[in-house]
Amino acid sequence: MIILASIIHVVLALSLSPLLIGVINRVKAKFAGRRGRPLLQLYYDLWKLLHKGAVYSTTTTWVFRTGPLVGISAVLVAISLVPLGRVPALAAFDGDIILLAYVLGLMRFMTVLAALDTGSAFEGMGAGREVQFSLLAEPALLLGVGALSISTGDWSLSGIYGSLFADGLAAVAPTAVMVAASLLIILLAENSRIPVDDPNTHLELTMIHEVMVLDHGGVDLAFIQYAAALKLWVFCALFVGVALPLQMHWPLVDLAFGMAGVFIVAMVIGVIESTMARLRLLRVPQMLVVSAVLAMIAVLWALR
Amino acid sequence: MSILTDLLMMLLVLTNLRMLASSRVAVCIQNVAIQAVVLGAITFSLSAHAAIAAGVIVVAISTVAVKGLVLPWLLRRAMKGAGIGREIEPFVGYASSVLIGAVLLGLCFVIARPLRDTSHAGASMLIPVAMFTILTGLFIIISRRKALTQVLGYLTMENGVCVFGVSLAVEEPLLVEMGILLDVLVGVFVMGIVIHQINREFDHIDTDRLSVLKD
Repeated sequence: MIILASIIHVVLALSLSPLLIGVINRVKAKFAGRRGRPLLQLYYDLWKLLHKGAVYSTTTTWVFRTGPLVGISAVLVAISLVPLGRVPALAAFDGDIILLAYVLGLMRFMTVLAALDTGSAFEGMGAGREVQFSLLAEPALLLGVGALSISTGDWSLSGIYGSLFADGLAAVAPTAVMVAASLLIILLAENSRIPVDDPNTHLELTMIHEVMVLDHGGVDLAFIQYAAALKLWVFCALFVGVALPLQMHWPLVDLAFGMAGVFIVAMVIGVIESTMARLRLLRVPQMLVVSAVLAMIAVLWALR
Repeated sequence: MSILTDLLMMLLVLTNLRMLASSRVAVCIQNVAIQAVVLGAITFSLSAHAAIAAGVIVVAISTVAVKGLVLPWLLRRAMKGAGIGREIEPFVGYASSVLIGAVLLGLCFVIARPLRDTSHAGASMLIPVAMFTILTGLFIIISRRKALTQVLGYLTMENGVCVFGVSLAVEEPLLVEMGILLDVLVGVFVMGIVIHQINREFDHIDTDRLSVLKD
């Protein structure tokens, strides 16, 4: 039964993650008083892009072509490693958070390499920003999950999330609140959402992730966009597991709660994007330092 | 009630961090007010085990009223009078202040370990958090340049002392609490006047220039 729920989670993640982007955009449109693009717009885009050929610049090498492939395979591994709320992940072993963090790191590394491979100064700039921000976001993620690991005494992500609220809310509530706050900031930074980056604009001042994929087209771009949607799903799932203190002990019911949680997180992201302005680039590292400090405090709190 | 107290402690830690991270004086003033409200709530949540004594209620309410309403009002007036909205160049930057704050918190946890048994039942976090609040206040006093921000540091420190008092005995003598509260009120009042005078004399309230004064 549990393994069935895990499999269903992976299938749903693969099929529904583009819808997550659609939900965010719909919420933003509602806030702005617009009707907004269709909820399924990203599916249409992906379908269109998959039927296009790709054009490669003569300055690029094989690195440019492997970037999107490695990206999407890395994020597929990540999806199979991440538990959704109380539903365990497809694969779980001690220390899988390290693999998760570095698989996402590999994805970022290849995107950055592909961006540098184009030889465009513009993309190099975006790559530099991406690396700078993820440099600060990654320790925060590891510290946050480390805090949860200390307070549950478990070493695999599925174990941590499965037993997080098992001893009642009181024991872990402060740690969970801190880690949730820290994870929310990391979620926004890693997926280049608004306080860090504006995914809609193509202005050189705001672009971090978008700028790195300017030269990709056709199937490559479809892979990149799909991988970005899956990555958003990974972080939403991590966040939901901490922020939603529910445990039903029926895997399918837990799965339903987790799914609802992921889409609520998407709506929350939409609300954040509509109500906040993008931070100045100088302020973004500060925000990430705060997220790392929150995670550090969670560790201290769990260790006391 | 332990979970409520724990979450309130967490809130106190977060307000301290916000204090360290924000450059706007208005935000810091608001922060001190929030801390006062949290302080009142902590007093209530600790005494919820037993029947609440009338003295506790009076102390909690007057704490919230004085530190949450009167002092912020005085400080906002001083801020408007001096015409400063933000701390421009602190001695220690904001990101590093927050990191130092995290280190201080760790230090407080270590120091408070032997003291844990003496603290109030069901709230082992009171002492480290109180110490952290005091240290945050002290750090703000030494790391910020404006006189107004230093007053805010003083108030943060005082809030920490107050949590410390709560942790040792919920039913402190009413008279002592009231005396402390009155002291703080008068202190901030005087400091407001001093800020006004410094501002009139020098056209700014940066305190580092005061050290070159000679009589």
